[in-house]
Amino acid sequence: MSALGTAPDAATVGGRDPQAPLVRVDDLRVSFGRHGADVVDGVSFTIAPGECLALVGESGSGKSVTARTLVGLTGYGARVRAAALEFDGRDVSRNTERHWRGIRGAQVGFVLQDALSSLDALRPVGREIAEPLALHTTLTKAARVEKVLDLLRSVGVPEPELRAQQYPHQLSGGLRQRALIASAIACAPRLLIADEPTTALDATVQAQILELLGELKRGDAGMLVVSHDLSVVARLADRVAVLRAGRIVEQGPTRQVLEDPRDEYTKALLAAVPATHAKGTRLSSAPAAAIRATPREFDRTTPIVAAEGLVKAYTGPDKVNRTVVREVSFAVHPGETLGIVGESGSGKTTTARLVLGLERADGGHVSVRGRRWDSLTPADKRAERRRLQIVYQDPLSSFDPRYTVERVLGEAIGVTGLRAALRRDRAVELLEQVSLGAEHLKRRPLELSGGQRQRVAIARALAPEPELIVCDEPVSALDVSVQAQILDLLADLQERLGIAYLFISHDLGVIHHVSDRVLVMKDGEVVESGDVRQIFTAPAHEYTRTLLSAVLTPASQGGPRA
Amino acid sequence: MRQLKRIATRFAAGIGVLWGAATLSFVALHATAGDAALATVAGDGANPTQAVLARVRADYGLDQPLWQQYLGYLGRLLRGDLGESYQQRVPVAKAIGEQLGETVQLALAAALVAVVLAVGTAVLTARRRPWIRSAASGTELVLTSFPTFVLGLVLLIVFSFQAGWFPVSGNDGLSALVLPTFTLALPIAATLSQVLRTELEEVLEQPFILTARSRGMRDAGVRLRHALRHALIQIVTMSGFVIGGLLGGAVITETLFVRRGVGQLMLTATTTKDIPLVLGVVLFAAAVYVVVNLVVDIVYGLIDPRVVTA
Repeated sequence: MSALGTAPDAATVGGRDPQAPLVRVDDLRVSFGRHGADVVDGVSFTIAPGECLALVGESGSGKSVTARTLVGLTGYGARVRAAALEFDGRDVSRNTERHWRGIRGAQVGFVLQDALSSLDALRPVGREIAEPLALHTTLTKAARVEKVLDLLRSVGVPEPELRAQQYPHQLSGGLRQRALIASAIACAPRLLIADEPTTALDATVQAQILELLGELKRGDAGMLVVSHDLSVVARLADRVAVLRAGRIVEQGPTRQVLEDPRDEYTKALLAAVPATHAKGTRLSSAPAAAIRATPREFDRTTPIVAAEGLVKAYTGPDKVNRTVVREVSFAVHPGETLGIVGESGSGKTTTARLVLGLERADGGHVSVRGRRWDSLTPADKRAERRRLQIVYQDPLSSFDPRYTVERVLGEAIGVTGLRAALRRDRAVELLEQVSLGAEHLKRRPLELSGGQRQRVAIARALAPEPELIVCDEPVSALDVSVQAQILDLLADLQERLGIAYLFISHDLGVIHHVSDRVLVMKDGEVVESGDVRQIFTAPAHEYTRTLLSAVLTPASQGGPRA
Repeated sequence: MRQLKRIATRFAAGIGVLWGAATLSFVALHATAGDAALATVAGDGANPTQAVLARVRADYGLDQPLWQQYLGYLGRLLRGDLGESYQQRVPVAKAIGEQLGETVQLALAAALVAVVLAVGTAVLTARRRPWIRSAASGTELVLTSFPTFVLGLVLLIVFSFQAGWFPVSGNDGLSALVLPTFTLALPIAATLSQVLRTELEEVLEQPFILTARSRGMRDAGVRLRHALRHALIQIVTMSGFVIGGLLGGAVITETLFVRRGVGQLMLTATTTKDIPLVLGVVLFAAAVYVVVNLVVDIVYGLIDPRVVTA
C-alpha cells in the first residue's frame, strides 16, 4: 500500500484522457524580470503515472525553477511560457492562483532540501504536517491529529506522539526530513516533487531517506526528483534528464544515461565524481595551474604537526559535559594528505581547531615541527601559525564582503613584510597559482562564483607559504564539476609546492580521492586509521563498513530497483 | 528551571540598571548650576533671607557633602521613600501616582495603535509592487522625521480647528484622547512598520514559506500564520525603543494638548529644579524599562521555542 494517492481526483475524470501522462511539459521557457534571459530554455519532458523522473544539473541549470513551475511557484517576477504545461491531462499554463492552490498540497506534494529551514521553526512539526490536511480536507481537528500520527509512522518516525509535539530544531536531520516528507504526502498527492531531498544529510541518513522515497514510489503516483547528485538519482529514478544552462542535454532511462552517456557534459559530470577515482587521477579537464615554484626541501623525519592523545570537552547549556574529541593521535608529514572522515558531530572540526591552536586541548598536546604548542612563546606561536593555514567550506562567510580580492590577499601577504609596491605583484602571482588572473583583483566576494571564491581562499592560504593547509570541507558547497577542479588544483599545489593537507570531509568519495592516509572518526574517537587503500578495500571497523555501504556512486547503484 | 534562572539573572541586572539610573540622575542634577534651596522657597517671587535658606538647606540635607547626600538618598530609596517634592510639598510617590493614570491611559492607547498600524501596514505592503512599497515607506519616513510637536500641531489644525471632530485640549473622555494618542503613536508606528516590513520580506524569502505555499496555503495565510510570527520577534526586541518613544513623546504630547500626566509633571519638575520629583520620575521610567524588558524576556520564550531549548 503506497502512501501516495492512486485514485484520480473525481472532479477531473470527465475531461481527462486516460492515456495521458501525469505531467507533460513541452518547450517550457522561464525568465525573470522584464529583460532577463531564459533560465529555463525550452525544456520538454513527461512523467507517466508510477514513474520517477530525475532532473539532474548543477546550480543555475534551471532544475529547481522547472520543478517549481509545476506547482505555479516559479517565483517573483517570473515569466513562464510553454507550448504545453499539463498536469493530469489538464492544461495548467493558464491557471489562476486559486486553481494552483487546489493543486498544491492536494495533488502535488513538494519536498524541499534542508528540512531545518523548510519547516517553520516556530511551530511543532505535527502542526506543519496537519496544515495540508486542514487546507484540503474536511477532517475534524481530532481526525487530523490521528492522521498526522499515521503519516509519521508511515515515514518511519518512531514515537510519533512525542515527535509531533516537537519543534524542528529538536529533531535529528533524518527525522526532520521524514517529517517534511510526511507533510508533503499528507493528502496523498498524485505527484511528489523532491528538490534535493537528501542534500546536507550525512551519508547514512541520506541512504535511509532514499530508501523511504523508494518505498513511496510504488503505486501509480509519479515522482520528480531534482538533484545535483547523480548517485542519488541513480538510486531512485526510472529516467534521467540532464540539464545544463536551462536545456536538457540528455534524457533517457537511468541505466543508459549513467552507463552509456551520449552527451559530453553528462560524461564530464560522471567523470567528476571523485569516489571512483584514486589519488593522482585528474577529475576535471581543466589544465594544471601555472605554479612557478621549485619544490622545497623537507625534513621528512619530523612531522609538521603531531597530535597526541587530544581530548576536548565542552559544557553545553544544560550543564552536561560533552567530550567531543577523545584520545585522538596522528601525525602529518610534509607533502602528504591526511584525510579525516566522519559524519556531523564526530569531532572533525574541533580536531582541526586544536591542531591550529585555536582551541586549547583539555588533554594531550599538539606539536608543530617537533615543538609543543603549549611550550611556545606568543611570538613563536604567531610565527608557527603562519606555517599552518586553513581553507573553510564557505569562503563567502570567511571573507569581508566589502574587501576586494586584492585587499583580501594583500592582508595575507602583508604579514610577511613585503613592501606595498610588491604586494600587487605577489597577489597576481598567487592568483595565477590558483588559475585566476589579475582581472579578479578588483572583484568583491559576491562578484565571484563559488569555485572562484574557493580559489581565492586557497590563494589567501598560500600567501604565507605554508607547509600545511587544513581543508575543512573545502568542496562540500560546490557543484560536482567545480569540486573536481578544486580537488585537481589542490593536488597540483601539493605536487609542485609539497604542501601537506589535513583534509576534513564527510564525503568518503572525496576523502578516498585526496588522501594518502585516513582517520575515521565517530563520536569524537578515531575508530580506524591507516592507508587509504586499506581502509577503503578492507575496512576493519564495523562503523567504517556502515559508512562505506552508505556511499552512493552512480556505478554502484546500477539503476533503480524494480 | 533554566527559564527561571534566566529570568532571575535578568531581574538582578534590572536592579543594577535602577541603581545606575538613580546615580546618574543624581549626578546630573547636582552638576547643573543653581541653588536648590532657593528653588524650594522662591516659588512666588519671594525674597527669602539667608537664615531661611540656611534652614531649608539643613532641613533637606543640602549642606552636607555630596557623597553623604547620595548615600542618604540611596538609603531612603531602599526604604521606598522617594522624598518630598520641593514645590508641591507632597511625597514624590504620591505626586507621580496622581498623574500616572492619565499617562498610562495615553501610553497604552498609543502603543496599541502603533502596533496595530505597524503590523497592518507591514503585512499589507511587504513584497508588493514597487509603488505600494515606496508609498508606504515614504509616508513612514516623513512620519519618523517629523518632530512630535509639529505632527501634533498638524493633527490639531486639521482635525480640531478645521474639522472640529476632537477637542483641542484636556483630559475629558475618549474623544480628548484620540489626537494625543495618534500624535504619540504615529512616529513609533512608522519606525516599527519599517523594521517589520524589512523583516517580513526577509522571512518571506525563507524555504519554509515556499513549503507553506506548496501546501496550497493562500498568501494571507502564509503572511499571518507563518511569516508574521517570525517577524514579530524583531518587534519584541524593539520594545525598549517603543517605551522610550512613549515616555519621551508623552512629555511633548501632554504639553501640547495641555493634558495632566507624568510628562507634564516631569516638565514642571525640571524647569523648577524640583530635584526629588525629577529623580522620582527618572527612577519610575527606569523601573518601567526594567519591568518591560523582563516581560519581553518571558514573551521571547513563548514566541520562539528555540530561545528556551537551544
